[in-house]
Amino acid sequence: MLSDWLYVGVFFLIAMFLPGAAIFVAGLLAPKKPNPIKNSTYECGIETVGSAWVQFKAQYYVYTLVFLVFDVETVLLFPWALAYNRLTMFAILEGLLFVVILLGGLLYAWRKGALEWV
Amino acid sequence: MLPWYQDPVNFIAAWLRTVLSGWGLAPGAVDFILTFLGAGITALLGMLWVIFLIWYERKLIGRIQDRFGPNRVGPWGIFQPFADMLKIFVKEYITPAGADRVPYNLAPILSVASVLLIWAVIPFTMTIMGVNLNVGLLLIIASGGLSVLAVLLAGWGSNNKFAMLGGFRAVAQLISYEVPMVVSLLIPVILSGSLGVNDIVKAQNIPFLVTAPVAALIFFISSVAESGRSPFDLVEAESELVAGFNTEYSGLKFGMFYVAEFLHAFTISLLFSTLFLGGWRGPFAEQYPLLGFLYLGIKTFVVYFVVILFRGSLPRFRIDQMMDLNWKLLTPMALVSLIITALVAQPLVSLPWVQAAALFAANAAILIIFMGWAGRKVSRKRPIVGRPRPLAVPHPDDHMPVEP
Repeated sequence: MLSDWLYVGVFFLIAMFLPGAAIFVAGLLAPKKPNPIKNSTYECGIETVGSAWVQFKAQYYVYTLVFLVFDVETVLLFPWALAYNRLTMFAILEGLLFVVILLGGLLYAWRKGALEWV
Repeated sequence: MLPWYQDPVNFIAAWLRTVLSGWGLAPGAVDFILTFLGAGITALLGMLWVIFLIWYERKLIGRIQDRFGPNRVGPWGIFQPFADMLKIFVKEYITPAGADRVPYNLAPILSVASVLLIWAVIPFTMTIMGVNLNVGLLLIIASGGLSVLAVLLAGWGSNNKFAMLGGFRAVAQLISYEVPMVVSLLIPVILSGSLGVNDIVKAQNIPFLVTAPVAALIFFISSVAESGRSPFDLVEAESELVAGFNTEYSGLKFGMFYVAEFLHAFTISLLFSTLFLGGWRGPFAEQYPLLGFLYLGIKTFVVYFVVILFRGSLPRFRIDQMMDLNWKLLTPMALVSLIITALVAQPLVSLPWVQAAALFAANAAILIIFMGWAGRKVSRKRPIVGRPRPLAVPHPDDHMPVEP
């Protein structure tokens, strides 16, 4: 069990290392001739005005909120789905009631116009 | 333990274990070395496999667009990716002056790593797999979340407005499509009773494409969207955002985003064929596990072909259309199919063929109802906004130049 996670951890480190090493090697091979014009931020040939780190539109926030609801929902549903074969019909219906309530929530968000891209 | 000609990889692993133990290493150290070797070889092969994928995809896209594709370097242009690789390795990479260094440099690495991580849990044959993790499916979903993070880091770290817009879109798009994908993945879990990927493959006496076609369709569409390729390539829409989140990247840092994209396209085909087409299963795959490799390869390439066809033949969505497709069609459809599957599967669990037939019928009904409804919605005339504009019709009195 623990060795499984050791494998995943080692795998992730190697998966990070391979592209990192490739970029490092490319950095050794490639020429380096920076100058202020080359290093300036790209914006259609004119100098960029102000910072790019602006505040974002509230629309994205609404979508993220709806996403959060559903993602937390699936976290709660995975154990239910996993135990499905061992559950009685009553327990399955209870799980489904939860899904139906969330479907109702989706319809509510839809009616309220939270899912309209403006 | 199978004899060596049936299962060479595990045979070599067992042999290596006895050799290393014979040298007097502690069992923990032997385990670690074998883990390291296994993970390293799998990840390295995954990275190198991209070289072939690039050639294959360019060739196929070329054919779709009535071109030859790469055809100069080597037979059928097969050495073209090597030439490209040599070129990109010696290209200068420019770090823009205002960039936030840590996220900027981490993003290309993380975008490749997040895709490669999926390869850790995919069973290539019955016995050859990275690791049969008991929550493998959750790891796959989590690595999808990591790839969103990579795009967002790239958009934020570049300090470029186009890149930032690409990052915003990435959050909206990739996050949204994760919802139907995760809900549709609940259905294989229900049918197989396990989160381990190899157990899901073993449970597919009847492939889940037959018992859960709606979930398969939703998983396919949302994972194509998750990979951020056309028709869902709004995060790097060339005609709108220059190059989207990777505007400020050059040289191999840019190349890594491309490696990640090609590998992601192949990995979703691999996942689809593992979760819905039966993975390594096929005739004699249990006796001769190496055959499973062949079966998985054939299935994966069929799905990969469809993914490339998607890219080659469909125009890009507008952002509101894309969000509507996700929230107003795929998400309700995934939830309804989850409800129906849970209701139908339970009473018939002792009769697998009847259960499969009932599930197939229920899924077909869901598909027909939703497609009919969506078709009516789409074909409805939109109200005309604003004054009707005059059409450009040539007046009969106008002088039209006549070609000689």
